[in-house]
Amino acid sequence: MFDSLSDRLQGIVKRLKGKGRLTEADVDEVMGEIRTALLEADVNISVVREVVARIREQAIGATVSEALDPSQQIIKIVNAELIAMLGGETLKITYASAPPTVVLMAGLQGSGKTTSAAKLARWFKSQGRQPLLVGADLQRPAAVEQLRTLATQIGVPVFSEPGDPVATAERGLAEAKRLGKDVLIVDTAGRLAIDEELMREVANISGKVKPNYTFLVVDAMTGQDAVGVAEAFNERLSIDGVILSKLDGDARGGAALSVKTVIGKPIAFAATGEKIDAFEQFHPDRMASRILGMGDVLTLIEQAEKVFEADKAEEAAQRMLEGQFTLEDFLEQLQQLKKMGPLSGVMGMLPGMPKEMKNAQVGDDMVKVTEAIIRSMTPEERRKPEIINGSRRTRIANGSGTQVSDVNKLIKQFTEMQKMMKRMGGLAQPKGKQGKGGKPKINKRQAMRELSDMMGGAGLPQGFPGMPGLPGQGQDPGMPPFFK
Amino acid sequence: MLASSTPNILIIVAALIVVASAFGVSIRRRKPSAESKPEATSMPAPTPSTLASSNVSEAGPASAAFEETTGDGSVDETLKPQAEVSATEAGAEVVDVGADEVPDVRERTAKTRGVFASAFAKMRGRSGITQDTWDDLEETLLKADIGIGLTTRLLEPLRASVKSGDIRTADELIDSLRSGMTAQLATTDRSLHLDAAEKPNVWLFVGVNGVGKTTTIGKIATAEVAKGATVLMAAGDTFRAAAAEQLQVWSERAGASFVRGAEGGDPASVIFDGIQSAASKNITLVLGDTAGRLQNKSNLMEELKKVRRVADKAPGTVNEVLLVIDATTGQNGLSQAREFASATDVTGVVLTKLDGSAKGGIVFAIETDLGIPVKLVGLGEGAHDLVAFNPSDYVSALFE
Repeated sequence: MFDSLSDRLQGIVKRLKGKGRLTEADVDEVMGEIRTALLEADVNISVVREVVARIREQAIGATVSEALDPSQQIIKIVNAELIAMLGGETLKITYASAPPTVVLMAGLQGSGKTTSAAKLARWFKSQGRQPLLVGADLQRPAAVEQLRTLATQIGVPVFSEPGDPVATAERGLAEAKRLGKDVLIVDTAGRLAIDEELMREVANISGKVKPNYTFLVVDAMTGQDAVGVAEAFNERLSIDGVILSKLDGDARGGAALSVKTVIGKPIAFAATGEKIDAFEQFHPDRMASRILGMGDVLTLIEQAEKVFEADKAEEAAQRMLEGQFTLEDFLEQLQQLKKMGPLSGVMGMLPGMPKEMKNAQVGDDMVKVTEAIIRSMTPEERRKPEIINGSRRTRIANGSGTQVSDVNKLIKQFTEMQKMMKRMGGLAQPKGKQGKGGKPKINKRQAMRELSDMMGGAGLPQGFPGMPGLPGQGQDPGMPPFFK
Repeated sequence: MLASSTPNILIIVAALIVVASAFGVSIRRRKPSAESKPEATSMPAPTPSTLASSNVSEAGPASAAFEETTGDGSVDETLKPQAEVSATEAGAEVVDVGADEVPDVRERTAKTRGVFASAFAKMRGRSGITQDTWDDLEETLLKADIGIGLTTRLLEPLRASVKSGDIRTADELIDSLRSGMTAQLATTDRSLHLDAAEKPNVWLFVGVNGVGKTTTIGKIATAEVAKGATVLMAAGDTFRAAAAEQLQVWSERAGASFVRGAEGGDPASVIFDGIQSAASKNITLVLGDTAGRLQNKSNLMEELKKVRRVADKAPGTVNEVLLVIDATTGQNGLSQAREFASATDVTGVVLTKLDGSAKGGIVFAIETDLGIPVKLVGLGEGAHDLVAFNPSDYVSALFE
């Protein structure tokens, strides 16, 4: 895994602390790190140059205050800059006054056009429209079958006929009018931007169906070439927006930023999973955090909400704060966590995760080992780990196929977490009075920070602006209903 | 808006991770020895020496498929460092022997060479080596997706040479970079292992979505059938709609046997059935397709591990696990290679779509950092557009 920008900056920051003002040399060094981080995220080199120059302007002379350390200041500047570059006008779909509204999909081979076409059709359907899909990819074997299969899943009709893609698209349009469909989505074959013949063909299709929207499908994993490809397609087809595919991978997605910057067209949609409904309008702010490798709290929360049983999780959190969280609860919650996918992915989305942790390549093997150890305990041991003595440890280790030292580590780490949580549950209670329902409140921000500290990290950047929804941010005195 | 209780979930997630990861490192360290298999097959070997020794056991008496066309496919020859193979010899290492037209990396990438050539021309135009020269050079490498880390490592020794006066002109600088890059790729064994004694030979194809796995299989089948091998394709991509149909079309074009399962079925069992069917029909080579998957999806990677395990249990030998990488891939390619290698013991990389404007420089990092050799290069959509990877051709294509 690459180092995130915040990791990179932390090293420099130690030296910068205590300085009243950043010198030009300091700024140079910091800019170097920003440049590296952006390049590792696949931001196009020309775009990197542009961003870095703009950030430098703002960073020079930024005073180093006690409250905000220089790295936080700089990250704040970088983040704001990236959001500005990614964001601005979100594409708002307006429908043609004389239906159908025609959408043309274009892109390189394998970028995900066919899947995106079907996902987009589903999206239009969810907006109350009646789309018709046209399979004009007559090049790749079975591409039309793929489109038909996907379309069947979402209940959208497909028009296609063998032969000429241009004629197919044209007849598809006539068919949409005949059937009274109000949206027409034309899937085309993948083509290289430098393939003159095929580029002319897609331009012909465009000329015949006169799309209201032409979307370029770009793979989130694309490297430096993304910009050249986008420019070439834009020149021929006049792109209206970008659909970013495969964003559920672990690519940082700098290509998105680059394309947006260079052709000046918004990223309209992003595909966030293999399922046909994993397709949404694009959120620039999340993308900025992602490019910088700073975690993606919102997405994490959304995923967590999907898999955790809300009541049970709340109950568990409550017990945690009261110091009554047992290994039994832990095991149960661990099952939920597993549903969120690989641990490394989850970790990557948590902000403030220390570099050492990410580098340790937290595998799902260790979740299995943790489970094995806990399952080898008796129910009583799970409730009261303090009764686990030497011979019990040996038994547990044997039962789970681990070493006694592993059992020790798990118990120690668990006890520490338990203590910390309890302390925080206690600490957070305002002196003299209890929370509304007499239950402890906590500063969640502090909780996250301490957890992150336990892992050896430096904690969350304070007052970090680019992370909406950061737990505890803007400390809500009302507290969630759960704590009532 | 988010439900107000959600931050609690975050706390739990964080707490779970804290505890669960407490001893991860120690477990990890122990694991390999406990699980290491006796056979020496197919771990990507980082050093030439281990490569050579493991190659003997793998290559066996039969010549590797793509070496056959060189006309000297003996074991000794496959051990020969690639650098010693002259350009013409290597140029003959083409997948398809029957094709009239032999695709050439330089020719196919010619359309896109502009940027590089003009950058180098600019450098040569300056008197001496200035900061601008370095900037141009760096930018050129970055644009090829070689990555900032490797680019810095490539340029460091050159900076030293310029400082010491060993390199004086931009020409010398460019030549030195070129030979440095070629040398880095020189000592790797890039042969594909096909052994008549280990019938059926099994080659599995893995990679993320949309890189061209199915097309690559179609091309390889075409080439192998043309060479007289009997080939069976197993449609292990049971996930993507119509993936099996796509493969079937290729099998008909190539004249290969074809085995498929139900859509949504168990890919491992399709591969197993394919291998068994091949064994019973005395077929030489089984090409196993798998569904594209993003490397951070652990359930899908587990599924892939199972495919590999089951393929190992079937009659025959899994001689190649080829990771297909799209030339447009950026720095994420490194993560792809790392994860797929740890799941399936990848033996080589197929770099596809090199006929586009992308340079596929990430394979450079994959090979140098992870020791996984690039074995084949895709240069177009035609059945014959897949050739053996030749480092000097590849580097030349970057530089000329």
